[in-house]
Amino acid sequence: MSRAITPIEHRPPTPHAAEAAVARPAIEVEALTRAFGRRVAIRGLTFAVNDGECLALFGPNGAGKTTLLRILAGLLRPSSGAAHIAGVKLPGGAKARSVVGLISHQSMLYSALTARENVEFTARLYGLESPRHAAMRALERMRLEDRAESPVRSLSRGMQQRVSIARAIVHDPRVVLLDEPYTGLDETGAAALSAALESLRGSGAALVLVTHHLGEGLALATHTAIMRDGQFVTHEPRGTVELDTYRDVYREAIAR
Amino acid sequence: MSARVPPGTFAAAALIARKDLAIEFRTRSAFLAAIVFSLLAIVIFFFAWDSTAVSAVDLAPGVLWVIFTFSGLLGLHRSFGVEEADRAIDALLASPVEREAVFLGKALANFLFVLGVQALAIPAVALFYNLPLGRVLGPLVGIAVLAAIGLVSIGTLFSAMAANTRLAELLLPVLALPFFVPIILPAAQSTARLLSGRPIAEAMSWLRILIAFDIVFLVACALAFPFTLED
Amino acid sequence: MTNPATTEDRRTIDWLLTVAVIAVAATFIRAIFFTPAEARQGLAQKIFYIHAPSAFIGLYVAFGIVALAGALYLWLRDERLDRIAASSAEVGVIYMTVVLITGPMWGKPIWGTWWTWDARLTLTLFLWFVFLGYLILRGAIEDHATRARYSAVLGVLGALLVPFIHLSVYLFRTLHPMPIVLKPGHPSLPNSMLATFAMSFVSFALLFVALLRARYRLAERMDALEAEEELEPAPVPNLRAEPIR
Repeated sequence: MSRAITPIEHRPPTPHAAEAAVARPAIEVEALTRAFGRRVAIRGLTFAVNDGECLALFGPNGAGKTTLLRILAGLLRPSSGAAHIAGVKLPGGAKARSVVGLISHQSMLYSALTARENVEFTARLYGLESPRHAAMRALERMRLEDRAESPVRSLSRGMQQRVSIARAIVHDPRVVLLDEPYTGLDETGAAALSAALESLRGSGAALVLVTHHLGEGLALATHTAIMRDGQFVTHEPRGTVELDTYRDVYREAIAR
Repeated sequence: MSARVPPGTFAAAALIARKDLAIEFRTRSAFLAAIVFSLLAIVIFFFAWDSTAVSAVDLAPGVLWVIFTFSGLLGLHRSFGVEEADRAIDALLASPVEREAVFLGKALANFLFVLGVQALAIPAVALFYNLPLGRVLGPLVGIAVLAAIGLVSIGTLFSAMAANTRLAELLLPVLALPFFVPIILPAAQSTARLLSGRPIAEAMSWLRILIAFDIVFLVACALAFPFTLED
Repeated sequence: MTNPATTEDRRTIDWLLTVAVIAVAATFIRAIFFTPAEARQGLAQKIFYIHAPSAFIGLYVAFGIVALAGALYLWLRDERLDRIAASSAEVGVIYMTVVLITGPMWGKPIWGTWWTWDARLTLTLFLWFVFLGYLILRGAIEDHATRARYSAVLGVLGALLVPFIHLSVYLFRTLHPMPIVLKPGHPSLPNSMLATFAMSFVSFALLFVALLRARYRLAERMDALEAEEELEPAPVPNLRAEPIR
């Protein structure tokens, strides 16, 4: 099932990409299966995401997208098959987890602490050299430096989400997993997020973006996939497909 | 991409403990609740006491350690409550720290919490019951430390489980209290011995049980903790 | 979607359970009418024909199964192990309750006290609490995998608790002299009593196995039903009914 495909633009060598040239893809999934009791959430999934690529993952609820992200983040283990992050087989312990950043629609923050304290805590967990510095830099990227000392619970939902993103990228992860990150974001927030993600991808990170917003997903994607009942129904380079056309593709894919 | 070395198990535990305590200091509500509860309980026990029937030295140890147990239980629930609220636990588990470090960090924070409450409760008991603390304060603190280790080992693990269930706060005492008996019994018995002016050596046989309990359950609960996480 | 096997099961009598119940009844009859009463304790001593086997099976067999099956589950993650553990806990709780009721029933007429801090009775009391906590915990969790894991952890920790309860009670009793509790299980028993004892042990053990098996099968069917419902949503009722004539 192919649309008009234009070759992916050649990107100049970047920090992560230099590693990738000799090492393996940032994310490698082979015949991955995950079951919960008798319910199979992911069946025999196989794909890879290289440095500098962004896989936009669409699909109806219950398709297994969140489960996939949780496996890649090291929160769940595969039932069978293999998944590799930066060449480390999952569950790869600290080694694999240290290069991954996870963003979900829940903020994963401590509401009593300030924005900076939350991000700084994460920076320390990843063993960064100057955690406070790194935290402020991450908050600046998300345009929140002037709210850094506010307790998270006093921030709006959108700002909390931005703090959460700052938390997830403070350690410059090679792999960024995003589970519906645009939920609750206003225009400023969405713009800041898109800019941060674009910049991350530009410096060679591999992204997997799960979203219900076809438009936002397509804007960032180098590859797209539609997931249903634990499998990829389509998986292809983004090419030059238009949003309207893709909407039809999507509807067709989940209607079967 | 700065040079980085993720913290080792104990360093990570210290980090997590510091974070938990920072959160607790910010709100202080659980700490205050535990202290107020202890003081209230001491007062109620005091008024329910017939001093002509039972002497202070006979009653006080029991009162002290029963209150220790229940005020300890009060503070335990918040340990995983903060992680559940916005799924901060996911971020913690997705980071390079080991699961055992998460347990140790939270247990450490709970340990300091319990000792903090006891620092006020023990003098309060001594005050009400007119106990000659002087000489025995040192050993008493030692017993409190040993008892606290056992309490937080079991309590941290069970609160991790209880946080995931429908009954949460109700479930924690139901699960934990049978396991607290080998803590309370030695603690109360050795306190009674000390307060009656007996030499420490007599209390040692009880304390040996308590120390063995601490070692066994600190290790067992740390090892069991990863099983309370979904994987 | 009717499963022919289930319809058949409903009509089949559980033979093991029937035999076990008859055996227990027979033991009672023999104990009450055909076994001589013990000299010093009289009629009350006969409670021990219920008390002793229940204690042994509840404490060691039932709890042992719960702890062992739990540990194996954490290693193998086979849901059948969890079912065995849960069934054993439920049946075990019943046996332990019997112990906790018959203990005082025997204690009162003999020693004038309802409760004796007898080592075995005390241990039963605490494990009874652990069992109750176990069952309440299971009732509070819906996800099967989580429920199984948590139960297993509790079971294994409960097993670790046993030596400490033993030690505590032992130390307590040595330091606080208490009336020595005589157990009629003492060596010099006349043959007829011994025979009744043997019979009671066998019949209670048989009953345990029968109840365990019945409870396990029930759990199996309930799990199968739930799994079916999960995979195939309930059929939509046909609303185009025949008009009433």
